[in-house]
Amino acid sequence: MIVSFRLNGKEATFPVGHPASLLDVLRADLGAAGAKNACEQGECGSCSVLLDGVLVCSCLVMAADVEGSEVATVEGVNPADSSLHPVQQAMDDAGAVQCGFCTPGIVVAAADLFDHNPHPSQAEIKEALAGNICRCTGYGAILRAFEQLAGRDAP
Amino acid sequence: METFYPSTVEEAVTVLEEGVTPLAGGTDLMVEVNFGHSRPERVLALRRVEELAEWDGNRIGAGVVWRRLERHGPRALAQAARTVGSPQIRNAGTIGGNVATASPAGDGHPFLAAVDASIEVRSTEGSRLIPWDEFFVGVKETALRPNELITAVVLPDELPERHAFGKVGVRNAMVISTVCCVVTRGSDGTTTVALGSVAPTPMRAYRAEQMISAQAQPSESDLAEFARRVAEEVQPITDHRSTEAYRRHASGVLARRLLERCLVESAA
Amino acid sequence: MTTRTRQTTEVTGGIGQSTARPDSGPKLRGEFQYAQDLTADGMLWAATVRSPHARARIVSIDIAPALAIDGVHAVLTQDDVPGRAMFGLEHPDQPVLANGEVRFWGEPVAVVAADDEDTARRAAAAVVVDYEELEPLVDSEEADARDEVFRRMRIRRGDQDARGSVVVEGFYEVGMQDQAPLGTEAGLAVPDGEGGVDLYATSQFVHVDQEQVVASLGLRPDQVRAHPVGIGGAFGSREDVNLHIHLCMLALYTGRPVKMVYHRAESFTGHVHRHPARMWYRHEADELGNLVRVEARLVLDGGAYASTTAAVLANACYFSVGPYRCPSVAIDGVGARTNNPPCGAMRGFGAVQVCFAHESQMDRLADELEMDPLELRRINALATGDFVPTTGQLITTPLPVLEVIDSLEAMPLLVDEPGADPLELPGGTGLTTERSDVVRGVGYAVSIKNLGFSEGFDDYAQARVRLTEEGAIVETAAIEVGQGLVTVLAQIARSSLGVSRAQVRHMDTSRIDSAGSTSASRQTQLSGGATHQAATQLRQRIVDRYGGDHLDDAGVWRGNELVASIAEVTRETWAETVTFRHPATERPDENGQGTIHADLAVAAHRAVVDVDPELGMVRVVRVDTAQDVGRALNPEAIRGQIEGGIMQGVGLAIMEELVVEQGKMRNATFTDYLLPTVLDAPSVEALLIEQDGSWGPFGAKGVGEPPTISSTPAVVAAIRAATGRPLTRVPVRPQDIALDDAL
Repeated sequence: MIVSFRLNGKEATFPVGHPASLLDVLRADLGAAGAKNACEQGECGSCSVLLDGVLVCSCLVMAADVEGSEVATVEGVNPADSSLHPVQQAMDDAGAVQCGFCTPGIVVAAADLFDHNPHPSQAEIKEALAGNICRCTGYGAILRAFEQLAGRDAP
Repeated sequence: METFYPSTVEEAVTVLEEGVTPLAGGTDLMVEVNFGHSRPERVLALRRVEELAEWDGNRIGAGVVWRRLERHGPRALAQAARTVGSPQIRNAGTIGGNVATASPAGDGHPFLAAVDASIEVRSTEGSRLIPWDEFFVGVKETALRPNELITAVVLPDELPERHAFGKVGVRNAMVISTVCCVVTRGSDGTTTVALGSVAPTPMRAYRAEQMISAQAQPSESDLAEFARRVAEEVQPITDHRSTEAYRRHASGVLARRLLERCLVESAA
Repeated sequence: MTTRTRQTTEVTGGIGQSTARPDSGPKLRGEFQYAQDLTADGMLWAATVRSPHARARIVSIDIAPALAIDGVHAVLTQDDVPGRAMFGLEHPDQPVLANGEVRFWGEPVAVVAADDEDTARRAAAAVVVDYEELEPLVDSEEADARDEVFRRMRIRRGDQDARGSVVVEGFYEVGMQDQAPLGTEAGLAVPDGEGGVDLYATSQFVHVDQEQVVASLGLRPDQVRAHPVGIGGAFGSREDVNLHIHLCMLALYTGRPVKMVYHRAESFTGHVHRHPARMWYRHEADELGNLVRVEARLVLDGGAYASTTAAVLANACYFSVGPYRCPSVAIDGVGARTNNPPCGAMRGFGAVQVCFAHESQMDRLADELEMDPLELRRINALATGDFVPTTGQLITTPLPVLEVIDSLEAMPLLVDEPGADPLELPGGTGLTTERSDVVRGVGYAVSIKNLGFSEGFDDYAQARVRLTEEGAIVETAAIEVGQGLVTVLAQIARSSLGVSRAQVRHMDTSRIDSAGSTSASRQTQLSGGATHQAATQLRQRIVDRYGGDHLDDAGVWRGNELVASIAEVTRETWAETVTFRHPATERPDENGQGTIHADLAVAAHRAVVDVDPELGMVRVVRVDTAQDVGRALNPEAIRGQIEGGIMQGVGLAIMEELVVEQGKMRNATFTDYLLPTVLDAPSVEALLIEQDGSWGPFGAKGVGEPPTISSTPAVVAAIRAATGRPLTRVPVRPQDIALDDAL
């Protein structure tokens, strides 16, 4: 069976023979390796994508279930006229990247937050990112980045 | 692998039979798949069945996701919804899926138990309503038949005046509960207390309820007795997440605090 | 016309500046290539068959059902290992694939290669292994009694009859922590068509991977090249070989590139962990609080195979007294061999376990003396010119113990009263706790740890610095795991050479000598030292070549005259290769005495916690720190190390533990091995204490490990202050606080 959907605005298809996750298909079949696999169970957020505009863990989306849907990944997050989305720029400026394995997931989750709420409070930022584990930074620089972007003073 | 994409419940139940795996948010099923514990060959993808996401008063469609419950649900259910997994999980996971998985730690279950909700299921033969305490049979076991689809959870027409949810876990977000609890208190003093993670299924502490419902204005010692009874009635186990002794203790403490919150609000 | 003037200020992007990472753009865009992302034409996928028992005899292995699956190309077992059947970082005692007996839960038994990942995993599940279960040895003290040990350590220093008038005794335990880097183990092996192989796999030390692959494949050293790749964190978990030999075996057997990526559950079994520890302590002091004698017995559970247990145990013993003077010391340590999961390197390497114990002891002693806990630490603080209390080593590099304590104490205690928002209370959105249920506590701890490898190990790093038309290029086999090696080596090259364009190029094992391991907080000092020396020598050669006295972006200057433009200079080939060694260290004598360590670093932490004592729930509000960094080469990167290291220390204090029962892990998933989320993260304020005198480049010290060491005991001290509970075990569990019969 062939599944068709839109990936970052472009038509994409892939064959499905077993109940693979969207994450596996993105990475293995579609060359979109930006989303990362770190837990296979929705407990780390590294594989975050937008499915029909909704932030989800792509490891928990059955690939067959994206038939006819729109999927946006980190590869599609930055606007055409810029190499970095504002959340990416904010993280770059704040030194919020270390190993970077959680980074694509945090970028997608934060972009989703700021798209819906351009001036989130610190509490809103934290709750929105509570599903994204970072093992390197202790979250300090990540919070500074987004508080800055939200137009708030870093603590 | 075969995937069905019905757009109505009627279509869905025509396909549903032994060997067909319903897929809603995927947040439980895909964990099993990714870990190699399950390999569904025939999948019933329910995301496109709009009527499953309908929410009409006290009838909450099985496809309603936690994010909506968090924002628009009755208070204690909304509070429970806010503790389910991560934002990503809450955007995908559904109340129907939570009920279907029947994990002893299901965050949505204590509310359903506390208000005596029923689970609405449908097959080609028609619909039936299963009271929560008949639906949850054991650890990850329900009264659902292979040809039945969960279509909604149905709350009573009138919810108790006050209700409150609490969940003890070792982390401040994205955590499986050690104990979770809902307490309700009606204007006549009728109290219910339901708990999760302390028995194979969600459970009510009926003896504690009975004792405290009789107290119009519970004293400190009534509250202590209530907590003691809750701790006595739960049937927790020791596992890698916690111990039996702590779960008993926390059940009592949490139930008492939630009751106090209901009482304070009644007074106010 | 452009006027060029000789640069007089520090070069842009040089040391001391918070230069941005060169790889953050690609990482933010999802374009950075990790080991997990590698592909090759014709690539096969591999999977591993693992033992479901902690100890069992392998009666038989039937690979036929796996081979019968369409798309399966190879199933290899111990019999197929071409060379040395064993591997190991320090002692080759671990079978490449189980040989007749499995000794821990999850031990690799066979590996398979197939057309795709799904087929490989199904094939692995189809291999039939018949086991005869054996009784596992899972108690580290029983192992000690049976003399099942990897190493015993005995330290005796000073008058063994010395006695103090104030005595505190205690028993402490540390649970098994996992590094849990977000990137699991992953790699790709590509056969070169001539019997050799190129390996691209997660690592902290490619040269030692290469040596082990060479030995087990029975190849010549020049036939195996290990390449640095993109790494998703490490924290010690990537020092040991895991999938490396397997991948190379499968690649050479099938003649095709082979890729393998561990799932999280496998990753928990596929790398070593922090050693669980049991520690008995006796501190004796005089009435003024001067330490008179410290006795300790330390039992670390090394699990089934050696890994680095011998070195971790030694480190635990060496730092068992903490950063304090003490004239009389008796320490006995055991690294036990059991059928538990193998343990080895994790950030802090032995110092973490003992720091929890010695700092708990210091607080109890202060209590006993009715003395301020910081004052007790201050009067006993080690300083340059003192002797390390355990090893007797004379401290010659800066050791600002007093300074970190004083600076920390002087930092304002910035804590807001928690508001009504449940996110600011223990239990968070679980809504367990109200403001009135909460008690606040403050606690302190101080730590000391070595930098670089110890005990006479020939610890060196090679780096090559080139000057080309692209600017300075630092060539190295040192591994970037996320810590910022690529930033700091370029900064060092810029400052040492004088040019503002610099980049780091990762070299495989055939193109440069070893840089040593990315561990022991050592790369800034070691690879940084090599880079500094190479760049400095290169600069001198270039300046001399044109008879000048200065080099910068414009070229070579003599006074105010530009004698050779940079274009002219870079028409020639300029390269300088340096192998840098830190001051030599020695093996300990029979009493554990000697010049064991090359350098030391200290840190102090202050934790503020809110505790709900009735439910035993904790929120760590903030952790402040003062840390000895020698010279801060990149303040922002150091802050990142400090915040991240503290978070791992907080994790060990209140939530991170691999629960092992009868040798089997009960929580080897991210659902149940809990890592702190952003809602668990404390605010952190960090003061960097700079002092000249270390042998690192520009006086820099390693900074990666100290944040993780004393943050744990500081948090526990704060919980004790809030609750009055003894709390002798980490992680502290809710029941330890809430229940009366708790520890």
